[in-house]
Amino acid sequence: MSTEEIRAALAEIVNEVAGVDADDVQLDKSFVDDLDVDSLSMVEVVVEAEEKFGVTIPDDQVKNLKTVGDAVAYIERASAAA
Amino acid sequence: MTGSDRTTGRPLHTEQGAAYAGILGIGAYRPARLVPNAEIVEAIDSSDEWIQQRSGIKTRRFADDSETVIAMSVAASRGALEQAGVDPRQVDCVIVATVSHLLQTPSAATAVAHEIGTDQAAAFDISAACAGFCHGIALASDLVRGGSARYVLVIGVERLSDITSTTDRGTAFIFADGAGAAVVGPSTVPAIGPVVWGSDGEKFDLIRTREDWRDVLASEKPVMPHLVMQGNEVFRWASYSMAKVAQQALDRAGVTVDDLDCFVPHQANNRITDAMARAMRLPAHVRIARDIIDAGNTSAASIPLALERMIRDGEAKSGDVALLVAFGAGLSYAAQVVTVP
Repeated sequence: MSTEEIRAALAEIVNEVAGVDADDVQLDKSFVDDLDVDSLSMVEVVVEAEEKFGVTIPDDQVKNLKTVGDAVAYIERASAAA
Repeated sequence: MTGSDRTTGRPLHTEQGAAYAGILGIGAYRPARLVPNAEIVEAIDSSDEWIQQRSGIKTRRFADDSETVIAMSVAASRGALEQAGVDPRQVDCVIVATVSHLLQTPSAATAVAHEIGTDQAAAFDISAACAGFCHGIALASDLVRGGSARYVLVIGVERLSDITSTTDRGTAFIFADGAGAAVVGPSTVPAIGPVVWGSDGEKFDLIRTREDWRDVLASEKPVMPHLVMQGNEVFRWASYSMAKVAQQALDRAGVTVDDLDCFVPHQANNRITDAMARAMRLPAHVRIARDIIDAGNTSAASIPLALERMIRDGEAKSGDVALLVAFGAGLSYAAQVVTVP
């Protein structure tokens, strides 16, 4: 999957979980500050992303995923390692 | 390794119980004092809006000195016995699920059994935290079917306000007090499905009292050891692992989500309930317990409290198919499908 494909798929998840417009889910956006995704919604996003992309995102890594770009990069690295 | 059955020895007489068991009555006791978020927020530097957004909770109830674990259990039990039409002297066994009966021994159950007027019923407490009530229902069902008891009172009761720190941002707004009870007895039709239960002791520390009594006494300023919780990890486990357990309970009882009338999960957090319902793909017709909004999280008491309220409000009718899913410290969990009394 390309970076853009991962971003778009992640945007769908964020939309489903937190009701954020998928077009707003861009790489430079912060989950908390820009998209208003709180820590519980973030847990849901992470679990859905694990399922969709077939990766594992441990709880202690979640706090490092501050922006959409951080999450996309993590998913890219994790799928490359898998 | 495979276990092997015993094959030798003098055959003993055994009892045969009822063909099936069911919940015959539900009762509840809610403490008188209603505590709005406004009373909680200052000590945790929070707001009504934040608490509602994080948990759905608007108000909860805190017990006063007279509303003891035993007094609340007795009140809830009387309601359950009345609905069941069972005389206290017919009760053979009383099971109290609680983590907040703060006397090490004897159990709360023996006092409850005495005060409601049983004829020296067997009585004991179980410690399975928020999953305690569903553990109790599973035990009661097997006691009735195994012939050890004909009518069993299962009580979930907590005074979590006694063991919650008013300044802990992760728990102060969540935990609350109350009691719920169920009478389990013989049924001519299967009315309590197989329990799906288990534990994950690797997550022992996710929800726990901060320290053990000996550590408390060794400290310079002993204070009540209060509950601590790693909220996000619990949220993840409860929302997703428990949706799978719930599905197994449906499968074991031979029903699908389409057959379900009511979903009564432990009232841990409205967001967990939402995530579970989404993960389980619950159809829109299934009525979902939301007692947490004004009762808070009452641990072992939350499922009977929520079910009693759904019955009272007409959201659950006699004969409805209800899914109970309980989960909490341990971590421990138990789920079963039941017929609403």
